[in-house]
Parts: sequence; C-alpha cells; structure tokens
Amino acid sequence: MAHRAAACILVSVRPSKIIPLLAALVFSGAAAWADAPRRVVSLNLCTDQLAMLIAGPDQLVSISYIARDKRASAMTEEAAQYPINHGGAEEVYLLKPDLVLAGAYTARATVDMLRRLDIPVHIMRPALTLEEIPERMTEMGAVLGREEAAAALRQTFETDLAALRVTDGPRPRAAIYNANGWTPGANSLPSEILKAAGFTNVATEAGFAYGGAMPLELLVMTEPDLIVSAAPYEGHSRAEDILSHPALRALAGTAAGKEIGENSWICGIPQVLDTVRRLSEARTLLLSKAD
Amino acid sequence: MRLLPALLALVLALFVTSLTIGHAEAGARASLSALFGDSEGPLSMVMREIRLPRALLAALIGAGLGMAGAALQGYLRNPLAEPGLIGVSGSSALGAVLALQGGLTASASLGLPFAALLGAVVGVVLVLTLAGPRGGSLTLILAGIAISALAGALTSLVLNLSPNPFAANDIVFWMMGSLADRSMTHLWLALPFVLVGGALLASTARGLDALTLGEDAAATLGLNLTQLRLFVVLGTASIVGGATAVAGSIGFVGLVVPHILRPFVGAQPSRLLWASALGGAALLLLADISVRMILPDRDLKLGVITALIGAPLFLHLIYKTRKELP
Repeated sequence: MAHRAAACILVSVRPSKIIPLLAALVFSGAAAWADAPRRVVSLNLCTDQLAMLIAGPDQLVSISYIARDKRASAMTEEAAQYPINHGGAEEVYLLKPDLVLAGAYTARATVDMLRRLDIPVHIMRPALTLEEIPERMTEMGAVLGREEAAAALRQTFETDLAALRVTDGPRPRAAIYNANGWTPGANSLPSEILKAAGFTNVATEAGFAYGGAMPLELLVMTEPDLIVSAAPYEGHSRAEDILSHPALRALAGTAAGKEIGENSWICGIPQVLDTVRRLSEARTLLLSKAD
Repeated sequence: MRLLPALLALVLALFVTSLTIGHAEAGARASLSALFGDSEGPLSMVMREIRLPRALLAALIGAGLGMAGAALQGYLRNPLAEPGLIGVSGSSALGAVLALQGGLTASASLGLPFAALLGAVVGVVLVLTLAGPRGGSLTLILAGIAISALAGALTSLVLNLSPNPFAANDIVFWMMGSLADRSMTHLWLALPFVLVGGALLASTARGLDALTLGEDAAATLGLNLTQLRLFVVLGTASIVGGATAVAGSIGFVGLVVPHILRPFVGAQPSRLLWASALGGAALLLLADISVRMILPDRDLKLGVITALIGAPLFLHLIYKTRKELP
C-alpha cells in the first residue's frame, strides 16, 4: 500500500516538489506493480487519454464521456472499449475506485467530496509546453505503477518530436482562431505546437500571454499567413458566425488551415505530433507558394 | 419644419463617429480615408468589411424599429405599443432560432429573415387578437408580457437543446441584440425586409392621421380599416423580422423615439413616422457607440443600453396612463 499512500501525498504538495517525489517513487518501486492501483477512474479528457496509453490491462475502470467525443478526443476508438462516467461524485464513488485521476480544472466540489470519502485523487496539471508532455507521461507511469510503459512512450515521443521539429528557415505567421474569437496566447500548448511546426503565433505579437478573445479587427490588422480554425459544430451558433465572416475569408491562406484536426491540440499526448506534422506540411506549401 | 434636417445631421454625425470606433487603433482621419481609398495594409478591409456594415446596420435597424413603434402607436392610439414590449421581437427571434437550429436555413441565407418575419407575423396577430382592435393599454401590455415570456422561454429551450455547445450562449444575443462582427452579408439580408416594411408603413401615413379622429369618423372619410390593419401588421412584422434575424431583439427603440419626438410634430402620426425613423437611427447608433465605449472587449448587448434608457420612460408612461384611466 506504500505506493497508494504516496499517491495521496502527491496531490497535496506543490508542483515543484512533484519531480523529486516521482523520482523517489520510481526508485522505491521495485514492487510497484504489486502495489499499483487496480481500479482507476479518470475524470478528465487529458488524464483519460494518457491513462489509456499507459495503464495495464483492466487497470482503468472508467474514463470521462468526453473521451468519446470526436471533436475533443484523439482516441475515440480506444475510448469505446471503456465504460464512461460523467464526473459526478456519487457516480464515481459507486465504481469503488482505489485511485481517481482528475485534471486541474475538474470540479473542485467533486474532488473534495471524493477525498472526504477516503478515495485518493491525483490531480494532474495540463501540459502547457511540448517539453511537459514527457514529464506528464512519467508522472502517469509512476501513479499507475507502469513506469516501463511510460518510459517507452516517452522515448518514442521524444525521438519523433526531435525529428519533426522545424528549427530553421523562414517562420510564417499563423493565428489560431476559434468560436467567439478565442485564441491561445504564448503560454499554451497550441502556441507551442505552432512554434515547433515553424510558425510564429500572431497572438503573441498582439500581446496575448494566455488565451483570450481576440477582436476580429485586431486579427485582420495582424495579417496572418495562415488561420487555423476548428470546423463548426452541428446546429448553429452566433459564436461560430465569426469564423465565416467575409473579412476573415478574404485573408490569404485561410483555406490552408481549415483541415487541421482540432482534437489533437488539446492534451499533451503523442497525437500532438500529428498536428505538428500537418502544420509543417501547411508551412511547406505556404513557403512554396510564396516563392 | 426644421426637425428633419436637424435629425438627419445628428444621424450623419453619429454614423461617422461609429465608423471611427474599433480595436484597430488608427486615427479617425486615417480610418475614414481608408474607407474610401485603398490604404496600405489591412485597414481598408477593416473599415469596409467590419465597421461599415456595423454602422449601416445600426442606422437601418434603428430607423425601422423607430418607424414601427410610431406606426403601432398611431394605429392602436396607445403610447405604450412597441414591437419589443408587445412580444413581436421575441416571437421573431423564436422564428429565427427555430429555423437555424432545425437546419431549415443557414445564418447567411434569405431563409433566416423569412423565418423571423413569420415569427413576427404570428406575434403581431396574436397580440392584436388578444388586445382587440382598440388596443386597450392593460390588455395590450398583458398580452405582450405573456407572448414575450413564452417566446423567450421557447427560444431558450431550443438553444439549450441544440447539439452545438455554443448555442446556449446565444440566448443573450437573441433576447438583447448585438451588432458585433456583423458583415455586409447581414446588411443585404436585412435591407430588403426593412425597406419593404418601411414602405408599407409609409403608405399608412394618411390612414393613421385619419384614425386620430376615431374609427367611425375615419371610416366616413373613406378609410379602409381592414387594409390599414393589414399594412401595419405586415409592415411591422417585415421590419422586425429583418432586424431581428441579423441583430437579435432590441427593445424600447420604438417606444422612446416616438415619445420624445411627438411634441415636435404636433402629435401628427404621419409626420411622426418619418421623424421616428431618423430618431431611431440616431438612438441605435448612439447605443452601439456606447456599448463599444463602455466595454470595448466584451460584447455588451444593445438591449442593455436601450432598456436603461427606455425602461424608466416606460414606467413613467404607465404611471401617466393610469392617471388618465377613469
């Protein structure tokens, strides 16, 4: 049970202290798998996907319903194999988990309630840079007692990323523009993905340090070479009307960005590499047109 | 008759002011010259595709709503009549939302204002049937409240049932109205409906004047009351349908403007129609300038400003009407 106790402690310490604790876990974990949690329930899209990649057979009991939503999840096929939950404390308690995985934005009330019921909850912060993705993989491996699987995943990811990363050549300027004009700023995973694919994020120039709503006028004034938007949902919303505004369509290069799948931007999982690959193909196309 | 030139000058001044407000921080002079000539960089596009349609729509929709308010008040001989208050705007929004979420039309096609027009017709006919041809204040307002509440509830229901996760946020837009990020496409959608409605209402001018003498006297003057009623209903519905389809329901414009201008035109309904059109354009341009000055980064809704101006006046009118009742 040592491992589970450690997992409990983990959640109450500062993130800066997680790394040494994880190291301690890894080295003391000779019998890690024996002590590993057997019934893990995940409440967050990103922990869902990392857990599906790393967990042992039958270890993961339930994942969140969002993992089956094609628009958000890059692993819907895998997700179809697992029972889903809607994140309610009562629902989760009835699954009798010995570990609950939650994200930093999972409802506070649910997490507190589960802890009062003596269920260990591990809160995992989202990866905000590409470098944090392998760290999260290691963290998940330690929490699930699956260090070897995590290490293998990490190894592949780091090799692939190094091969894909665009480091030299001209950097076209790209904007990520979504419903309500929402755009991710410098400190966000999508912005880092753009950077790795050889683009500059115009939101950074416009002073967006974090995500925010960028007025359409500002976007037009920055004249991006590429605009990446998610395809609109079924039904209609005025929030998405902005994406079909004539001023936006008139900007050069917009069409090139339309097809870059939105579900592999969100979480720090190996699928972000597909996005990097597709973006750098768009960059090559853009540069060849400019010549 | 100095009123119309003065109002026209006010509308023009507000229109130009509206064009100079926006996030792209260029001076007023640079902005306006970019509107007419090609600027270096994207400022011309910002002016022509983003700011110009916004200012034009504010003027068009304001004029339509002002005129519709004046016509309804003239026809019902009741200063409390206004498309927003009597539930016509609300039912028009419901028509638009049903068509959009039911997949019958896209947001940039003519089907949308037609659906909004249909909703508005249902609303007008319902409220006039409930309130009776003479439009007693009490029944008119009660019928209006009931229809507004029902239409609002159904609009919320439809938007909450939508598969689109952003749709529920649109409830505020459909109930309070906004002109943020509208384009020329929206102007072309609304324009024919507002123009046709305006022409229908303009043709009722003489009839409304005659009606001030009472229905019997008007009938002896040869006024066709059935036709007058039809034109008022269709004209109002057409204006409200076109306006609501692109800008959501904006209340109180048709209440405030005729009330302020009535003394200047000697309470003559035919003259009030045109004065209210100009006054409505000025009021909505002013409201749209205000929402951008007060909270530039948030999409503050137009209905908030018009209600802040209009609601106190509405309360005052109710108080006055009560005193006049036996």
